Amino acid sequence: MKNYLLILLMAVALVGCDANVKPDADDSVDGAQVGSVGGEGGRSGQALSVSYEAGAINDANSVLAGRIIYFDFDSSKVADDFIELVKHHGRYLSANPSASIRLEGHTDERGTREYNIALGDRRAQAVKRLLMFQGASSDQVTIISYGEEKPANLGHDESTWHLNRRAELVYQ
Amino acid sequence: MKRYLFGLILLLFCSLTHAVLNIEITEGVEGSLPIAVVPFQWPGGVKFGDADVSAIVTSDLARSGKFSPLPTKDLVAYPQKPEDVHFPSWRMIGVDHLIIGGIKKESADNYQVYFRLFDVLKGEQLLGYSFAATKSSLRSVAHRISDHIIKSLTGLPGAFDARIAYITAKQMPGKAIKYLLQTADTDGFNPQNLLTSAEPIMSPVWSPGGKQLAYVSFEHGLPEIFIHYIHTAKRRLVSKFKGINGAPAWSPDGTQLAVTLSKDGNPDIYIMDLINKRLTRITKHWSIDTEAVWMPDGKSLVFTSSRSGKPQLYRISVEAGAKAQRLTFEGKYNANASISRDGKAISFVQGENNVFRVAVLYLETGLVQQVTDGPLDESPEFSPNGSMILYASQHQGRPVLAAVSTDGRHKQRLVLSDGEVREPAWSSVRN
Repeated sequence: MKNYLLILLMAVALVGCDANVKPDADDSVDGAQVGSVGGEGGRSGQALSVSYEAGAINDANSVLAGRIIYFDFDSSKVADDFIELVKHHGRYLSANPSASIRLEGHTDERGTREYNIALGDRRAQAVKRLLMFQGASSDQVTIISYGEEKPANLGHDESTWHLNRRAELVYQ
Repeated sequence: MKRYLFGLILLLFCSLTHAVLNIEITEGVEGSLPIAVVPFQWPGGVKFGDADVSAIVTSDLARSGKFSPLPTKDLVAYPQKPEDVHFPSWRMIGVDHLIIGGIKKESADNYQVYFRLFDVLKGEQLLGYSFAATKSSLRSVAHRISDHIIKSLTGLPGAFDARIAYITAKQMPGKAIKYLLQTADTDGFNPQNLLTSAEPIMSPVWSPGGKQLAYVSFEHGLPEIFIHYIHTAKRRLVSKFKGINGAPAWSPDGTQLAVTLSKDGNPDIYIMDLINKRLTRITKHWSIDTEAVWMPDGKSLVFTSSRSGKPQLYRISVEAGAKAQRLTFEGKYNANASISRDGKAISFVQGENNVFRVAVLYLETGLVQQVTDGPLDESPEFSPNGSMILYASQHQGRPVLAAVSTDGRHKQRLVLSDGEVREPAWSSVRN
């Protein structure tokens, strides 16, 4: 009897606690907002245009429309799939010395927060080196690492993690 | 027994209004000492809001993992004075220690809180104290009583009359996140906002005296390290170099800050003298070096480095030009050290196959023990007395704070009523 009473009390207590505001559901994910015309979106249909004219960064059909480079876990190596994209941006910056970008380094939520700040920094640095190899100058590129603090997508498995391990090119 | 306690604690905290963090004892009360806390008598029988002193003491004792307080309804008597205590009847129900006490009203908002701790087997008093209190300090006095009792019975300095700092993140309409730096009592009560920002706040860490917090804030669009003076609410911007300004860690004497900077091209560890702002570079390596913490003697640092290819813990003397010595070898991901007060144990995050747990490395033997189950545990920090580890975890897909006894046997959760909570830091003393 005593046990029943306690369980009842516990239930009451639990109900009391459950009056908390529920956080936003994880499934209301709506994709990365930065450079969303790039990546897979740009590949369907006709071939992308290659031009490094000043206005090319505003052309949704330009190779420059891709702005996100994705990485493997705990890696800051720019994968072969993204080298071409980075090269195009490097050439654009080289052809347009007044253009400048902010490179944001990001990681997924796994691992420790300060280590991920360092990892995000190295991802951005790796992209910056490639840009400079194409003729961009150092002062056209500023770097900031957000580590795991600003995920593009919420969620706790690889389907969202791979979208968060990224460097974003943001034209200023 | 476990069920009793669980119900007790839940009731205790849900019935109160000012807690932002609710505490649930989730695992392991076996092996803890049976103790009885007789409800304290109140002046005129009136309790003051959420400051139920004996209930707070009961909860602290349970949270310490060292004691199993008897549910109030199972008490055999309600003695208020030492002469009313009948030891044989407490022995009968298997209680080792007994606490009685009360609150006396002195004047308008002045009270005396007194308690006595008895050894039931020997039938003698071990402790007896009286504290001056106001309504607003009653919870703090209750935690101080818990600290006295724990010190007397376990030899460990108590750590409940202290503050914790943590970061919360609230999802706002749209994609925006509101970041808050908050402090609270160790049971989640008396929360206070120190900083609100639309940009990330990270890595809060208490100064040794508990009067200041150092942290990283992106409020100006870039990571910068601030020192926040709790009493005056004034701030000092101490590090804004190009690139990373991160992972602040106070030296044991509070005069220096170990930090991670990437101004020279790569994340490396530096020591900043807070008086003359002079920087000493401690590591110089092409890999990631970060998350430095000080050994208690202030002569060396333990930090995370990827110099072997994967993150591992290393130790390095604070003298310039010293060589780092590797501490962890098992596992592919060992990072974010916290060092126990006696310098004998290091807690850290150990990752393997997408599961990240808190583990403890014992420096004398080199043995590593995993103390949590993951899957995404992080930011472990020893309590000031080294008996517990506070860390950030996920429960049902939601970030929570959790605590585990250093031996891994006793676990509890601190659930924030709204939003995400992360990166806990436990001050050594009440500021």
